[in-house]
Amino acid sequence: MSPEALRETARHMVETVPQASALGFKLLSVEPGKGSIFTPWREDLVGDPDTGVIAGGVVTAVLDHVCGLAIISTAKDRTTPLSTATLDLRIDYMRPAAPRADITAEAHCYKLTRNIAFVRAHAYDGDPQDPIATAQAAFVLKRPEAR
Amino acid sequence: MTPAQRLETFLGRVPYVRFLGMRAELAGDEMTAALPFAPHLVGNVALPALHGGVIGAFMEMTALAQLSVTQPSAKVHKTIDITIEYLRPGRALTTYARADVRKIGRQIANVHVEAWQEARLKPVAALRGHFMLSDS
Repeated sequence: MSPEALRETARHMVETVPQASALGFKLLSVEPGKGSIFTPWREDLVGDPDTGVIAGGVVTAVLDHVCGLAIISTAKDRTTPLSTATLDLRIDYMRPAAPRADITAEAHCYKLTRNIAFVRAHAYDGDPQDPIATAQAAFVLKRPEAR
Repeated sequence: MTPAQRLETFLGRVPYVRFLGMRAELAGDEMTAALPFAPHLVGNVALPALHGGVIGAFMEMTALAQLSVTQPSAKVHKTIDITIEYLRPGRALTTYARADVRKIGRQIANVHVEAWQEARLKPVAALRGHFMLSDS
């Protein structure tokens, strides 16, 4: 897939899937096996009303989504579109995000077998070296039926 | 506050609970959370299926809602880590979840959650997590 086609596929996945669009996801970058997504802070996404910190659930959703992005970006060409389903997702919350902070999430699909993708991801609210959460996940790949 | 009032307070105070459209009811000391299907929760339009992150987030909020009932605190408890297992696609239906508080320590709670749709014995996903308890 050309970089332009990959970016178009990625933008579609990040910005038009209903839940992704509802959370306001924006595609930041995509390259084979890697991707990053930006999530702007919003009042209605707050999880702790005392502090205005974004909900853990939003971080969970963006980490899951960015893992899927890293996987579909491994596709070599358009004839093998990948559909993915999460098998398991482990998230460690290292610290709360800053109040009213936007979230950036990055993922790396570091191993792809015929049926399974293994992915690591992290989310941060400013400094990439100071993550708010890290994730480790396995996904099942659903390839088109061989004809 | 009664347990039911604590639950109502938690659900009413957290904006993200309203974003999801999540509800919860107490039957005695047993809480069942419900997430009615809504178009903005979809992660796969072709199936259609709920977004995996939505199911994970719903189970995490179920654990926090249960802890707001069993461990009263003026502040929201904080998630330390969660492991989510996806067992079946979440279809365009209401999803239910129950949380089982396995251990309450001085600072940390261990909680298991199971989510299902049409049949309790056919769960769509499960979550295990640790939560840092806020001081009351």
